[in-house]
Amino acid sequence: MKNKAMFHIVKREALPWYQAWLIRGAAILLALVACSLVTVIVTGLNPLSLYKTMLYGTFGTNRKTWVLFQKLAILLGISLAVTPAFKMRFWNIGAEGQVMAGGLACAAVMITLGETIKSNAVMLLLMLVVSVAAGALWGFLPAFFKAHWNTNETLFTLMMNYIAIQLAAYFIIIWEVPKGSGKIGMINQSTRMGWLPYLGGKQYAIIILIVAILTILLHIYLKYSKHGYEIAVVGESERTARYAGIKVEWVIIRTMVLSGALCGFMGMLLVGGTDHTLSTDIVGGRGFTAVMVSWLAKFNPIVMVLTSFLLVFMQLGAKEVATNFYLNESFSEILTGIILFFIIGCEFFITYKIQFAKSGKEA
Amino acid sequence: MEGITKRFGSVVANNAIHLELHEGEILSLLGENGSGKTTLMNMLSGIYYPDEGQIYIHDKPVTISSPKDAFDNGIGMIHQHFKLVDVFTATENIILGLNEDGKMNLKEAGKRIKEISQKYGFEIDPDQKIYNMSVSQKQTVEIVKVLYRGADILILDEPTAVLTPQETDRLFAVMRNMQKDGKSLIIITHKLHEVLEVSDRVAILRKGEYIGDVLTKNADQQSLTDMMVGRAVSLNIDRPLPVDPKPRLEVKDLTVHDELGVKRLKDISFTAYSGEILGIAGVAGSGQRELLEAISGLYPIAKGSIIYHNPKTNTTGNLAGKDPLEIQKAGISMAFVPEDRLGMGLVGSMGMTGNMMLRSWRNNKGPFLDKKEPERVANEVWKELEVVTPSVDFPVRRMSGGNVQKVLVGREIAQDPAVLMTAYAVRGLDINTSYTIYNLLTAEKMKGVAVIYVGEDLDVLLELCDRLLVLCGGQVSGVVDARTTDKREVGMLMTRVGGNTNEK
Repeated sequence: MKNKAMFHIVKREALPWYQAWLIRGAAILLALVACSLVTVIVTGLNPLSLYKTMLYGTFGTNRKTWVLFQKLAILLGISLAVTPAFKMRFWNIGAEGQVMAGGLACAAVMITLGETIKSNAVMLLLMLVVSVAAGALWGFLPAFFKAHWNTNETLFTLMMNYIAIQLAAYFIIIWEVPKGSGKIGMINQSTRMGWLPYLGGKQYAIIILIVAILTILLHIYLKYSKHGYEIAVVGESERTARYAGIKVEWVIIRTMVLSGALCGFMGMLLVGGTDHTLSTDIVGGRGFTAVMVSWLAKFNPIVMVLTSFLLVFMQLGAKEVATNFYLNESFSEILTGIILFFIIGCEFFITYKIQFAKSGKEA
Repeated sequence: MEGITKRFGSVVANNAIHLELHEGEILSLLGENGSGKTTLMNMLSGIYYPDEGQIYIHDKPVTISSPKDAFDNGIGMIHQHFKLVDVFTATENIILGLNEDGKMNLKEAGKRIKEISQKYGFEIDPDQKIYNMSVSQKQTVEIVKVLYRGADILILDEPTAVLTPQETDRLFAVMRNMQKDGKSLIIITHKLHEVLEVSDRVAILRKGEYIGDVLTKNADQQSLTDMMVGRAVSLNIDRPLPVDPKPRLEVKDLTVHDELGVKRLKDISFTAYSGEILGIAGVAGSGQRELLEAISGLYPIAKGSIIYHNPKTNTTGNLAGKDPLEIQKAGISMAFVPEDRLGMGLVGSMGMTGNMMLRSWRNNKGPFLDKKEPERVANEVWKELEVVTPSVDFPVRRMSGGNVQKVLVGREIAQDPAVLMTAYAVRGLDINTSYTIYNLLTAEKMKGVAVIYVGEDLDVLLELCDRLLVLCGGQVSGVVDARTTDKREVGMLMTRVGGNTNEK
């Protein structure tokens, strides 16, 4: 044959799961090689020492490991929170605002009632109720408008982010300590009112435990409950859902309230458990990163543990690299970008294969 | 085409196929679902690329690795699903994607389109927008598009599935005109009488293998079916007389509007009896979908009532204004096989078990799902209807069309309904599966179920049903006895609203 094309892209039959994971593993290895090349070319540093530094930055000391797991827990928690909505194909990019709303409500309780309430248990309970309610409200509004007037949920949730962040900015000025600093500082530093208790003397143990339980609960909810089934059907096709007698509007609102409530709860963990203060960048883009974690894991809560670990590991490791080698933060973001490129790109090779013209060689 | 092989993963869709197409010939390509007809044609039109084999045109080997290559070689395909831009006119759609030198000249193009239309006898208005067109007009645009690009070989993938008998006749006339002009045509169809009517030669595929070809004049329906299936098949539908028919569903003055306020159904009245199959005939879009959806509570009702006679309690109730959940809760067992199987009747990403659950997941108490019962039903349907699937958890989206339909019909029948409604239950299915479905429906009828069958193939409607309700423009244009009427009478009713004007 003349002028034959070099290769063709062919859709695969389903791969056995271990082969799919083999491809994913290979992708990560390739990503590391690509990162090394970029590192050597751009900075002239030895890539091995770079990876060693990354490992040190994440598991190097006890303290670093705890921070890693704490960050992992928060990111995973927010990812879990957005998952029901995304499984329903509700494009909720408002986790940032929903977490912020929860955090703001939580801080409000801690600041305004810090003196009056004497029992930490009552305080924590109140924080929980208020922040969950605030997050739920932030989730309810776009869902309500979507269900009744079919507004675009992506724009709506995005806008709700700005409202939450600006509200926080407004209250930070009201509550600022000391006056004029533009910051709140540690809330209730002397009384530790509203601070999450330490578990076995470890500050973050309780957060990690809570998120671990949440992961399992959400997995059960999505996979084995009637609600989870409804979410999956609505996500697949609203017409099928109506045909099966599912009240689509109600499911949309219920699921988004759940998503928002979980986000609000994560906001409480952030303010009451790790930061003990409120700032406008307390969520720090994790509401968006969570979307990626959730999608990469194909909405499977158990797999999300892995994907969120990967992202947090990269982020912390790269930060360590940046400080140790006097590179700025941008370099770490380059590396994270390369790795994500390979991980997302390898999904192509799981769905398709490349067939070369000559024989049955596969890539 | 010589020795063409195409594999998808471990599945061999086409195995060493030899196919010859002569100049000025109409060739029918016949085969059951999944026998590889469309795959083979897609390789001719550049959508797939063969793993092995060689395509020759006029004895010259050619490589077709993209639709553009196909056009360069004078091959054009008219797909089952039209690929047109709705808001463009016919002319704009036809020249879309053509890289002609110089300025885009719509007037010139319009003139050429008119020339082509006159030559072959098309009726087309080059300036009409696609969204204003009927299905058959859209198809005409697709064919002209291919001719405009200078195709000598035309492939039509099930072109008649969406047409009325009259429109089909017109299409066949056009095809013969093209043939006289020296063009070669390949037509894929499931309807045997059409094969016999229009083509010169029939090529048959079975399970990806080329079985052989026969000259149409030497073939008849029975011999073609036997070749296609690989064994002798009975082509008669058994139609026992209804036993003890009683009114089951009475529809009175049913009127519905769509979202834009346009009347889709106007004063529809009829009664469906237990133990009979009521056929609903009509040109596509005459209100069949709206009627079935209104009865199942999925379409808002503006006026009228739907009275249901419950055989278990001997009570009657009005369904109008209830949603599907309320209907279910009222103890009314109605089954509905909708037209859009994966978009409405099934959840594509779930397996058979998950889809069986769609009807029964509310039945158990508590917040959790009961998977045992749906799994049992899934296994039963799998076995009894011979669904081809690796497991009950295999996503139904990746099954072939016939198997998808078996899952859907199987589930609806498993509900033990009192009323069973089906919309285009055999559309796109091969002969074997179609007859399985006909037999299932007849079995339900004999159990005393009121079956409502919306169909498009008049031959089948006349053979399968007891009575026929003919719809036209959202109104009932007649109810006839399927045993005594004929195609001509029903065809007339389909295009005329009971003697009245053709208002909507």
